[in-house]
Amino acid sequence: MPASPQILELRSRLLGALRAFFAARGFVEIDPPVLVRAPAPEPHIDAVPVRGGWLRTSPELHMKRLLARGLPRIYSIGPCFRAGERTARHREEFCLLEWYRADADYRDLMLDVELLLRQAAQAAIGGEVFRYQGRGVDLGIVERRTVREALATEAGIADPDSLDDDRWSVAIGTQVEPKLGRGRLTILADYPISQGGLARRHPDDPHTVERFEAYVEGIELANGWSELTDPAEQRARFERDRARRAVMGKDDYPLDEEFLTELSKVGRAAGIALGVDRLVMLLADRAEMGDVLAFDERD
Amino acid sequence: MYETSDIRKGLKVTMDGKPFIVVDFQHVKPGKGRAFTRTKLKNLISGAVLERTFFTGDKLESAELEEHTMQYLYPEGDKFVFMNTENYEQVTLDGEQVGDAKDFLLDNLEVQVLFYEGRPISITLPTFVEMQITHCEPGIRGDTASGTTKPATLSTGRAIQVPLFVEDGEWVRIDTRNGDYVERVKR
Repeated sequence: MPASPQILELRSRLLGALRAFFAARGFVEIDPPVLVRAPAPEPHIDAVPVRGGWLRTSPELHMKRLLARGLPRIYSIGPCFRAGERTARHREEFCLLEWYRADADYRDLMLDVELLLRQAAQAAIGGEVFRYQGRGVDLGIVERRTVREALATEAGIADPDSLDDDRWSVAIGTQVEPKLGRGRLTILADYPISQGGLARRHPDDPHTVERFEAYVEGIELANGWSELTDPAEQRARFERDRARRAVMGKDDYPLDEEFLTELSKVGRAAGIALGVDRLVMLLADRAEMGDVLAFDERD
Repeated sequence: MYETSDIRKGLKVTMDGKPFIVVDFQHVKPGKGRAFTRTKLKNLISGAVLERTFFTGDKLESAELEEHTMQYLYPEGDKFVFMNTENYEQVTLDGEQVGDAKDFLLDNLEVQVLFYEGRPISITLPTFVEMQITHCEPGIRGDTASGTTKPATLSTGRAIQVPLFVEDGEWVRIDTRNGDYVERVKR
């Protein structure tokens, strides 16, 4: 059912808190294009085609180009679109918050997430201790785990690199995710490079990338990483993922050459995306995304 | 053929040549990983429930299933004969296909018979049936409130629990989903 007036008020307070958080830290709000000509080629994220291109699946490529142009702290809040996605926690159209920091890495973003979630909860529901689906949650409790440790502990899988795409999805989706963020915020960090997307390689472990996700009560709220800024490696990963898409018979997206050109001017940087609708679900104690949307168009 | 996005409770599919019905499902999409759907599927012939995971892009074969209203006619050895009330065609189901429903099969009872690829595979009873008590201890008059029950036997031999005031030879309404007594009926 569509969101109640109370949930829409909560959602509005939350959006205000997010903007206040970034304004207080000197971030500039950006409205990147929604209609794009070259979505990032990710194996399992499909863009909605429209005349002249596709709807953005994330503002990531444009945001990084702005980092290259000398804006060191930027954020964006707005709709993104992913074709065919619909579960209790997915919609084809959803609201995504992204923020980027120059001269930072994924550890800086972990701190941002911790602070942001606590301030958002304060503003939206008056405190960082609350109940979600009958369980107590305290956002002041933060734990950090690595993908390697969590897969070993929760799924008995010793070597994350040995997993093919399908086994990775099922292990993470059914055995690991439900155990994360129980009563707290869990930061799951250091992903295998096959799940690395646009993240920088870990300096101490070439098989992993500096990527993390933030979970509360099994809900994946945010996904961030230290940015890969080497245009050659970025091009190679784009080509790898285009090839994976081709094998699956999916749409081919043109390479974003402007992005690849400007990427060389991005120094050390980190960026993150946070699902605003999911954060509303968590704070409004809802298990279905449709319950926190003013209009759920396909219903 | 169905896509994984078509999966919902009650969807009927064919796997390994057998018909299944989706009894539970969950769409999952972890992080940037491949989406999949966990399902619990009930074999419509054996009743066995199994779990199966389908990935986005997997196809599920639909199951050609039809349901017809049929009237129960008579037993034939250890089998049961039913008649289509529209075209008077008769079909025979064996004891395994009828299962526990045999305890509530009265002559002329109308049931739903499920056909898979033209062959009958199972029946669904009406939720409530009226049946006669053929044996129970004498009733205790006036005791309509104590909640105490006693055993009774139906005309098909099925044993049920009834309130103390129910008499031998009376008709009662039974919930066929669990075999529970509902109320007395006048016949």
